[in-house]
Amino acid sequence: MRISVEQRLKRPRWLAVAVPVCSVVFAFLVAAIVLLATGHNPVSTYRKLFDAAFLQQGSLDQTLIAATPLAFTGLAAAAAFRMKLYNIGAEGQMYMGAITGAAAGLYLGGRGGPSAFVIAAMVVAGCVGGTVWALIPGILRAFFKTNEILTSLLLNYVAGYLLTYLIFESASYWRQTKGFNASVFPTGKPLPHSAVWPGFTIHAQGGITFPLGAGLAVLTAIVLWTLYKRTRFGFEAQVLGDSPRAARYAGVRMRRKILAVMALSGAIAGLGGASQDGDFRHTLDGDPNGLQKQGFGYTGIVVAALGRYNPFAVVLIAFLIGGLENAGNTLQGPSFPAGLVGVIQGIILFSALGGEILTRHRIRVARRRPKIATPAPAQSPEPAA
Amino acid sequence: MNNSLLVVLIASGVAYGTPLLFAALGELLAERSGVLNLGVEGMMLVGAVMGFWTVERVHAGTAVTLVLALAIAAVAGTVMAAIHAFLVITLRANQIVSGLALTIFAGAAGLSSYLGNDLNLADQPASKTFHAFLPSGMQDIPVIGPILFGQNALVYVSWLCVIAVGLYLSRTRPGLNVRAVGESPAAADTMGINVTAYRYAHTLAGGAFAGVAGATVTLAITPQWVDGITGGAGWIAIALVIFAFWRPELCLVGAYFFGALQALAPQLQARNISLGPTTLWTNSLPYVMTILVLVVVSSGTARRRLGAPSALGTAYVREEH
Repeated sequence: MRISVEQRLKRPRWLAVAVPVCSVVFAFLVAAIVLLATGHNPVSTYRKLFDAAFLQQGSLDQTLIAATPLAFTGLAAAAAFRMKLYNIGAEGQMYMGAITGAAAGLYLGGRGGPSAFVIAAMVVAGCVGGTVWALIPGILRAFFKTNEILTSLLLNYVAGYLLTYLIFESASYWRQTKGFNASVFPTGKPLPHSAVWPGFTIHAQGGITFPLGAGLAVLTAIVLWTLYKRTRFGFEAQVLGDSPRAARYAGVRMRRKILAVMALSGAIAGLGGASQDGDFRHTLDGDPNGLQKQGFGYTGIVVAALGRYNPFAVVLIAFLIGGLENAGNTLQGPSFPAGLVGVIQGIILFSALGGEILTRHRIRVARRRPKIATPAPAQSPEPAA
Repeated sequence: MNNSLLVVLIASGVAYGTPLLFAALGELLAERSGVLNLGVEGMMLVGAVMGFWTVERVHAGTAVTLVLALAIAAVAGTVMAAIHAFLVITLRANQIVSGLALTIFAGAAGLSSYLGNDLNLADQPASKTFHAFLPSGMQDIPVIGPILFGQNALVYVSWLCVIAVGLYLSRTRPGLNVRAVGESPAAADTMGINVTAYRYAHTLAGGAFAGVAGATVTLAITPQWVDGITGGAGWIAIALVIFAFWRPELCLVGAYFFGALQALAPQLQARNISLGPTTLWTNSLPYVMTILVLVVVSSGTARRRLGAPSALGTAYVREEH
């Protein structure tokens, strides 16, 4: 028996949907084996997981809270990965967006500006913070050809230390310095009321609240899709990703594109950081066990890869993975194994990657080795793949 | 004299640099065969947790237990690397995304955390550790005593590994073959070298080194288990390989340099030396320095003279070449 892998001439469309779906199913099966091997009951564990993610009263609210940042970091990764610029610094860019977003909220909100204005300023400030942080690896890549994977990743640690420093180790503008609690446990200053982002409640199933950030994420997805599918900029960025040489001959300006795409990616991640301040935390969260423990930036890469860098798919998958994360958070404790969510995410990603080969190739199983050159009389020869 | 800041920094730089060195040597072997593995951090963490588990659960003589712990950590790292190898060599998946997936799967919020939690390893000191074992007379020699003789056994093992990898790549037939596979798999294939087998072997070897690197952290440097204990050392190791121009002996220099930077923060704190926002800049320093060094190394002339293996990061398919 011989198994051979051949390139497909056409890629059937249904495979683009079937592969991610099968990956998810496969991942849960493999994780079930891991659970069994370590003495947990997979059926009851998964049941708890889905209840906590989607079915329980109020679970959808929590899932949206977990999904919103993932939509931002997923879109940030998708925007850059599409051009084969591997920006894995969404984590740090998000922290920087949270820092600048909180600064805008505290300053303008404290001066009593109208809420809409304060919120708009926070959105812009968050984008700027993320952009600046993303431009560091962007500039290094564009002008010095420095590997952006490593630089963007290492800057995540620096941004994390900066965040901790602002709240825990200095008397910074962001830190709460008044009151009894401030001397016991350092926290960030609470955002003034006008800087808190509104949510929109739908009265179905006991009420589901959509945070403003979730809406902004969908809007970002639409903008991103239009940019990549309908504009010259997006087309050139994709050509540059697929074939840098062809793009250069066509006169695409490489450096500018790298800077622009990194800035775009950073801005989206930074917006996610501002959404953390405004939507959910209502302060700058510098606790190493708070925002930094969530790893939204890294999970965003899973989301982007599973969505195959399609913005709408990214938002949908952010919702599903958000459910998984939410369940992992609420179920934390002795009855639910820690780290399971990461394991499942990893396997989903592995199987999606492995499944890619099915969309590009067909696997043919032949009984025997094909006979060598037996000239058949007068047959129409099959075209070689 | 042996307590002066400089001597202590160099001595602890050697100790802190050892896991970086092991991980970088492993990544170097994989990259020399053309496989980029960004999963080093994840492989290290799984090695770290399994090595620690061995020490906590096996009740044998100290030396036997520690050697067994290293072996189990190496196996754990190898198993992790096998996933990556299968995906990128056999299934030709994107090496970058697959490596990231490995770090997410095995990393601080994944399998290593699952294992650490499930095996009840948190919040306890390691019962057996690697520590300095040479006679104190040797350790007390001014300056070179603490640096050369005050180290744990793993440091000396890592020196042997540097020599072994260096000789392997430059003086042996398989070593030369690996370099051919990494530079031009099509030419190597024509010569009759089994490209797939070489890539598998070296990616797996890289995993074993990363596993040992992880065990070095939990058994010699910070003898305990905490989720994400390696704190980005795996990423610094990947940067080190670039910084070292894919040469084992330069990996050693780089690893000790970054080890010393990591030792800086606790040393300054212990001595009550305060230089402005000390914790911020001393903590960030290893990461910032890595970036600066990468910039210097990757620009222009240096890159042209001593570049990466040409086929790094690309799959080899005989029919498509």
